[in-house]
Formats: sequence, structure tokens, C-alpha cells
Amino acid sequence: MTELPLIGEAVAAPAQLIGAKIGVVTFPGTLDDRDAVRAIRLAGATAVPLWHADTTLGDVDAVVIPGGFSYGDYLRAGAISRFAPLMARIIDAAHSDARLPVLGICNGFQILTESHLLPGSMIKNDHLKFMCRDQVLRVENNTTDWTRDYAVGQEITVPLKNQDGQYIADEKTLDALEAEGRVVFRYVGFNPNGSRRDIAGISNATGNVVGLMPHPEHAVEAGFGPENGSGTEGLGFFTSVLNKIVGDTK
Amino acid sequence: MPRIVVDVMPKPEILDPQGKAIVGALPRLGFTAFSSVRQGKRFELTVDGEVTEEILAQARNAAETLLSNPVIEDVVNVEVVEA
Repeated sequence: MTELPLIGEAVAAPAQLIGAKIGVVTFPGTLDDRDAVRAIRLAGATAVPLWHADTTLGDVDAVVIPGGFSYGDYLRAGAISRFAPLMARIIDAAHSDARLPVLGICNGFQILTESHLLPGSMIKNDHLKFMCRDQVLRVENNTTDWTRDYAVGQEITVPLKNQDGQYIADEKTLDALEAEGRVVFRYVGFNPNGSRRDIAGISNATGNVVGLMPHPEHAVEAGFGPENGSGTEGLGFFTSVLNKIVGDTK
Repeated sequence: MPRIVVDVMPKPEILDPQGKAIVGALPRLGFTAFSSVRQGKRFELTVDGEVTEEILAQARNAAETLLSNPVIEDVVNVEVVEA
């Protein structure tokens, strides 16, 4: 975990960022933990591997719950992981006065909805197929801990890959999310899974917990991300939370 | 050994993509009588010994917390089946 990236150009980070520690949780069946670790390091912070059975979060400043198929998506995607010992710590920390920043990507988003840290749920894509594509998203809210470095209305392209990606909630919940500005990302041009109101990602009321189905951690390094755009348009998630951690005022 | 059966169904107002796929396949096999299909889940919880009220309450609690997600699903049945 300590070696520098061999490929691509690591982003030069201000010295005060180096001390920021971001935890990445691995469950049985998690796939994208290593990519999340790499994204954090490219953004300039220190990545801390966390195991689902851990009973303490240590001194991390933020947590990423990465994508994959924890517990094989058995029962419902994220349903079993939600009861992992570390999730109890994460739920407490997200609700605490310190409001730990938590980002759930794909299966991580599903785990956050099962945990009730975020409202609604994901069901099978309306077309029933697994889908993998480069997806354009529009940033709808840049006041969350994970989107400060984007502009409202900015369009970014990041990979999307899922089978249970259709975001649903009742109309009352959807209206509340819209009214409170908690729809953070929307699909642009094409809705890949039938999600209500083209919702790709949402936040909690305080903006420290964000979940989305597409994968910003796969678009952080030139030459290895989507071909349209810079290919690094997901990096802003990780620099955003770093700026939040080091107290950079916006 | 007795079992507790828990049946979980997608909420009526939620589109069930799997049920929709099944109802599309049925007429292709000549089963033309069915206008809609909804797919749910059945869990069988085996109990070593007698099913007491306390154990049944545990099963109901498990059904609401782990076996179903109240945002998208309803627990439609919890019953004891003797082996």
C-alpha cells in the first residue's frame, strides 16, 4: 500500500493533504477497493484499508465503501453487509457531531441505503441486464463533502457497471430529495437502469454521506478512464473530501 | 423438525422487473391465461425443537430487519409448518 503509482502522473498534493487518512472498507466479495485506494492516493491522501469485521474505524478522516458484489448480492444487494460490525461504527460516525464523510459507490451505495444512511433502494435494472458503459452525469449539488470541487451543472463522464442499479423511492421521498437539493447527480442523455427522475446519486441531509451507482474511482488517471472527456473526471470526489478535511474554505 | 416459512413480496406499487420478464415469456410457451406475474421470495427457517411464541417473534423480527427491505418489499406471511 505504500508504493507510489507506477503508471500515470500522481497529482502533486499540498503538504497538508498528505496527513489526511481515508479508509476503504473491504467486505467478502468487494471488487473495487484497490481502485478506490489508488484514487485516494492519486488525490494526495493516505488510504487506510479497513476490514468489514473490524470493530473500530481508527483515526480515519473519511470512509469510502467501494463497489463489488459483497456476499454475492445474496438476499438483496448490500443487505448482509449492512450488518457487518464496522458498519455500526460507520453509521454512528456519520451521525456524530463530527459528521464523518462517507462515500458509497455502486454496491457501497446499496449498502448505505440498506443501512438507512440514505433513503430509497436499488432494484434490478428495468431492462434486466448487467450494463457497463461510460456514463455522463450532471453535478446537481456541489455543497456536499464529496462534490465541493465540481461546479453545479458540470457534466462528468465516469464508468457505470451494475445490474441492480435502478434507484427507487416513493414519490414523497423523491419530492423531499429534490426540494432539499439532495439529488447530487443525474444521468444525462441516457438513463441506464430506469432510475426514478434520472437519479444517479444522492446525499443525506447534512451532505457528509453521498452514494451513487457510477464509479468515479475508475476515472482518476489519464489513459485509464473514459475516452470522452479527460478520463479523470472522477478525481474531484477525492480532492473534494480532502479539501473538506483540511478545512479549505470554499 | 418444524420450520417457520416467511414469504416476502415486492410492494404492489413497485415495478417488478423480474415478474415483467416472466409474464413476457409465458405466452411464448403457450401459457396464455396470465396477465401479470410478480416474483417474491420464500424463506424456510428450521427450528430445533418446539416453536414457541418467543421464537416466532424472533422470526417476525428477522423478517422485518434482514429478510425484507421495507422500502421495496412487504412480509406477506409468517407461519409455522410442521415437518
